[in-house]
Amino acid sequence: MKVIVCIKQVPDTKGGVQFNPDGTLNRGAMLSIMNPDDKAGLEAALRLKDEYGAEVTVLTMGLPKAADVLQEAIAMGADKGVLVTDRVLGGADTWATSTTIAGALRKLEYDLIITGRQAIDGDTAQVGPQIAEHLGLPVISYAQEIKVDGDSVIVKRQYDDGYHMLKAKMPCLITALSELNEPRYMTPGGIFDAVNAEITTFGRADLVDVDDSNIGLKGSPTKIAKASDKVRKGAGEKVVPDSPEDAVNYIVGKLCEKHVI
Amino acid sequence: MGAMNAEDMAQYKGVFVFAQQVDNKVSGISFELIGEGKRLAEKLDTDVTAVLIGSEVSGLVDELAEYGADKVIVVDDPELKDYRTEPYAHALASVINEYKPEIMLVGATAIGRDLGPTVSARVATGLTADCTLLEIGDFPLVALPNQVQKHNQLLMTRPAFGGNTIATIACPDNRPQMATVRPGVMQKLDRVAGKKAEVINYNPGFTPNNKYVEILEISKAVSDIKDIMDAKILVSGGRGVGSAENFKLLDDLAEVLGGQVSCSRAVVDSGWKPKELQVGQTGKTVRPNVYFAIGISGAIQHVAGMEESDIIVAINKDEDAPIFDVADYGVVGDLNKIVPALTEAIKAQLANK
Repeated sequence: MKVIVCIKQVPDTKGGVQFNPDGTLNRGAMLSIMNPDDKAGLEAALRLKDEYGAEVTVLTMGLPKAADVLQEAIAMGADKGVLVTDRVLGGADTWATSTTIAGALRKLEYDLIITGRQAIDGDTAQVGPQIAEHLGLPVISYAQEIKVDGDSVIVKRQYDDGYHMLKAKMPCLITALSELNEPRYMTPGGIFDAVNAEITTFGRADLVDVDDSNIGLKGSPTKIAKASDKVRKGAGEKVVPDSPEDAVNYIVGKLCEKHVI
Repeated sequence: MGAMNAEDMAQYKGVFVFAQQVDNKVSGISFELIGEGKRLAEKLDTDVTAVLIGSEVSGLVDELAEYGADKVIVVDDPELKDYRTEPYAHALASVINEYKPEIMLVGATAIGRDLGPTVSARVATGLTADCTLLEIGDFPLVALPNQVQKHNQLLMTRPAFGGNTIATIACPDNRPQMATVRPGVMQKLDRVAGKKAEVINYNPGFTPNNKYVEILEISKAVSDIKDIMDAKILVSGGRGVGSAENFKLLDDLAEVLGGQVSCSRAVVDSGWKPKELQVGQTGKTVRPNVYFAIGISGAIQHVAGMEESDIIVAINKDEDAPIFDVADYGVVGDLNKIVPALTEAIKAQLANK
C-alpha cells in the first residue's frame, strides 16, 4: 500500500504572532512549522505504515527551503520526500496550487492521498478537495478517524452536528483534522535517516498533464485586490478595582448605562 | 486558468446561493446568503436564486421565498438524501453550467467547505474561502496604466493568517465569481409570509461512479443546546475558569441575564464543554449585544470570532491579557470572586425594577 501525504511549511501563527514596529506581520521572526492538520495526516499515514507496512511518501510545494519540512517528516518515519519547486509556480492560488500538486501526483504511485484539512496561514481548506477533483478521485474531508478495510478506507467525517462513517474505495483522498491523533516525535534514528534521505525535486517539467495557463500567479483565477493588517476596534476602558465589590459595581454600572439591565 | 472570453463571460448573470439543508431543514446560513445575495443583486440590477439540493425537499421552497429568494432551482433526487461530496458537486456544478450565474455563494460550513472547492475546480473558476465581507466594485481598485479596470466585480474580503491579516480578492477573468461565506456574519432579511418565488425543477441525472462514497452510519450529537449564534448575551469562559465544575459560576450569571454560556477553544480541548459552544476561528462567529469574556486570554483566533459583539466585558486576572485590547470594559481581577458577586448584584438590580 502506497500513501502520499501532502504537507506544507507554514509560519507558526499560534505560538505568538510577531509584529513589526509599523504593525505589519513579521514573518521572519516567526518559526516555520509543519502545518498542524498536515502533521496529523502524516501521523495517520505512519500508523498505516506501522500496521500494514504502507510506504509513506511526503510531498510539499514551496521554496527550496521547504525541504526542511520533508526532512522533519522523514525523521518522524516517512520513507521518501518529494519537493515541488520552481520559480514559475510562485504566487499560486488554490486552483493553481492544486493543479500543480495534482500534476506531481500523476508522476507518483499511490493508493491513498492524505492532506491536511487546511493550512493555518491561508485557512482555505480548498487544496485537498481540488486535488481530488483534478485526479478524479473520491474525497472525504474533515477526517477524525481513518481505518483501512481491504481495498477501501473507512473514515469518520466530522460535521457541525455529529459525524458520518463513510467508506470509499481506494485510490481516494482524505483531508485530516488535527484532532485525528497526537503526532509522534522525531526519533534519533529517524533524524539520522533524514540526513541521508532521498528527497526528489520536481520542477515545472516534471508535472504531468498540466497546462501553463494553470500554474503560478498567471494561472490563478483569484487576484488580490488589497491586503492589510486587520484593523481592530481598539481597547476601551480597563480598570483594576480594589475589591470584587468595586469590580461588580463598575460592571453593573456599565450594564445599566447601556440599558442591558 | 486562462481568462474566459468576453462573449462567454457576458452570459453569466444573476446571484445564486446554495441553500444548504440537512434532514430537510434549511440551515440558517442559507437565509443569511439569500439576504446578502439580495443586497448584491440590487447593486447589479439582477435577482437572487436559491439552489436547493436534496431528496424530497420541495416543501422548503416557500421558506426560501419568504426570506427573499426571487427564484428557487430545485434539484431533487433520491441520491441526494444525505450530503455526500459527489452527487452534490454534480448537482451544483450542473446547475452552474446550465444557468450560468455571475456570482455563486456557498456557506463556509463543514458541508460548504467541501462542496465549494470541488465545484469550483469542476467548473474551472476561482473560489475565495470564508468571506466576511462582500462588495461590488472595481478591479483593480484603482485604475492602472496598461490594465483594463473592470467594473461591477465581486470583491471578497476574508481574514488570513489566523485572523491577523485581511485580504480582498477578486475573480475578474472567470465566471462565476465564487465565495464561501462564514456563518453568522451576513444578515438575513425579515421573513415576509406568503411571498412566492419562481420555481425551476432541474435534474442533471445521477449515475453512481467511483466518487460516490458509501454512508455506513450517521450520528447526530443529540443536543438541546441552543445555538450560541442566536444568543443576545453570551457569558463565555476560557482556560482561566479552571475546571468544568467551575463553569457553574458562568451558568448562574448567564441565567440571571437570560443569556447563554459559550467558551474558548482551550475549554473544548480540555473536554469541559462541547465543541458547539466554541467561539473563534475554528468555532463559531458570534455577534451578541453583550459578550462576557471570563478567564479568556484573548488569542487572536478567539477574538476573530467575537470582536463584532456590541459590548465586550472582560474579566481576567492577567493585566496584560490581549483580551483587554478588544474589550469595551475590562476588569482586572479574580473571576472566582467577581462573577458570583456580579450574579447576585444583577439579581438584586433586576428585583428592584
